Amino acid sequence: MEFPDDLLYTEEHEWIRYDESSDEATLGITDFAQSELGDIVFIEFPESGDAFSAGDAVGTIEAVKTVADIFAPVSGEVLEVNSHLDDAPEAVNDDPYGEGWLLRIKVNDADEMERLMSAEKYKEMVE
Amino acid sequence: MSSSNLNYIGNTPEEQQEMLRAIGVESLDELLSVIPEQLRIEGLLDIPESISEIEMRALAATLTDRNRSAGDTLSFLGGGAYDHYIPTIVEFLMYRSEFYTAYTPYQPEVSQGTLQAMYEYQSMICELTGMDIANASLYDGGSALGESALMAARIKDKERILISETVSPHHREIVRTYCSGQDLKVQTIPLREGVTDTMALEEMLSDDVAGVLIQSPNYFGIIEPLAEYQNRVSSAGQDSIFVVATHPVSLGILQPPSEFDADIVVAEGQMLGNRQSFGGPYLGVFALKEEFVRKMPGRLVGASVDSKGERGFVLVLKTREQDIRRERATSNICTNQGLNALAAAVYMSSVGKEGIRDVANLCVQKAHYLAERLSDIEGVSLAFNRPFFNEFVLDLPVPADRVIDSMLEEDIFIGIDLGKKYQGYEKKLLVAVTEKRTREELDRCSEAFGEVMSNMLTSSAV
Repeated sequence: MEFPDDLLYTEEHEWIRYDESSDEATLGITDFAQSELGDIVFIEFPESGDAFSAGDAVGTIEAVKTVADIFAPVSGEVLEVNSHLDDAPEAVNDDPYGEGWLLRIKVNDADEMERLMSAEKYKEMVE
Repeated sequence: MSSSNLNYIGNTPEEQQEMLRAIGVESLDELLSVIPEQLRIEGLLDIPESISEIEMRALAATLTDRNRSAGDTLSFLGGGAYDHYIPTIVEFLMYRSEFYTAYTPYQPEVSQGTLQAMYEYQSMICELTGMDIANASLYDGGSALGESALMAARIKDKERILISETVSPHHREIVRTYCSGQDLKVQTIPLREGVTDTMALEEMLSDDVAGVLIQSPNYFGIIEPLAEYQNRVSSAGQDSIFVVATHPVSLGILQPPSEFDADIVVAEGQMLGNRQSFGGPYLGVFALKEEFVRKMPGRLVGASVDSKGERGFVLVLKTREQDIRRERATSNICTNQGLNALAAAVYMSSVGKEGIRDVANLCVQKAHYLAERLSDIEGVSLAFNRPFFNEFVLDLPVPADRVIDSMLEEDIFIGIDLGKKYQGYEKKLLVAVTEKRTREELDRCSEAFGEVMSNMLTSSAV
């Protein structure tokens, strides 16, 4: 199972790739999360422009046997959703850190990143 | 309290003592001592002594003999439940123990029969309504309409629901009850000459309207001009869910609601092979556009393939319901009216496409024949000059409830007193006619009606 070093991780099994220069971030679910959920069949996205606080449920991921919430790891605003997944939700299973990304967001407060985990720490948590 | 009468409950004096000991009290009186003295009944309840089973049966028979049912009278009652013919095969199949005694038979490994029947039911409802998806049914027409309001609010994330005054008054009350728990505002679009007031609708529409609920044929039997509402509900800048409540048999001859761009179609399904049975159990028909399927309440059966690649049926999209999502569930309905939906499926497949058209045509023709005969009677006229399906409203020169009582003396249930639910409608009578009424029965009804009216007018003139 892979946990790339350049990402930050949450207890809700999401990853975030933060670009300090633009205050923008991309997020998705981890390899561990996709393997626990099983075959993913549908993603319910928020609207572009929706604002949220850290911990808010901003969408859902539907697998064959369950539905999980997408939680916002930090506060911000939705810039873009990966609408490619409407037709190919299995990309989340196949490539959770690449093609299977979920949202691009504008980050409100860079300090909130400090609460997230490093790859090493997250790996410890799931193992 | 003596235990000797509790024949069917194992609760002997010894057992009572054991239970009291276990909870640490001396006697039954001590157990009940927390109930204040003034709230307790002294002595025995004031009910008759027990009687034997033979006496009980005789008593029950005299009481039930006082009931008047559609079966032993001539019934023109409608308003949401109708006396349609039920082919013998419907109840023959429904009462088979494989269907009748099974409790929630939805495990695909052992319940392919029920699942296939529900799948067929859903498919036929889709054909009838013209919609993409139909669920496996809800409780009844009223709860289906209530759920449609909640679903509109879920889809649009808005809080105002508009409902026409021509929707069944009972169903409007149910919608209010459903919406009150979720702080949705329900507003009534007034009626005008028997149909929804289009001008009022236009004024009431705004950004915060989640759904517009219209019934056609409406509570007065009138076919509403759905095209006019459709244009307004989905016009530029207006973005509300359009819900159409309908009479399933009417769709045998009317354009399906899908042709008016309905987002959700609901209906009472009793007319499809289910008896009137004093108000239930019935089934709620619920159909929708595919794009909204993940916001849909209730249960859905889908076709799939099994491990050997053979066609099979299974519950689908369950993952959003409360057995998995608890308080975050889409709806809190994990059930359906399986047996009633089965009856509807058998009914629809036994009458077929042609049959349902014939039933609908007969309803229209017979209702119009009776409407003509009755409105020929002096002092009586049709209340609204509008196209109607199987039900119509008469204007009477006297209060409707008096006419209803007099007609019942002739063993005829002539209809519903609209004054009970519509202010100022005390002299309006709602009359329904199904395909079951014969020409002779319709003539007998209009003759009796003529006599009753002439007696009333003579006596009131004196």
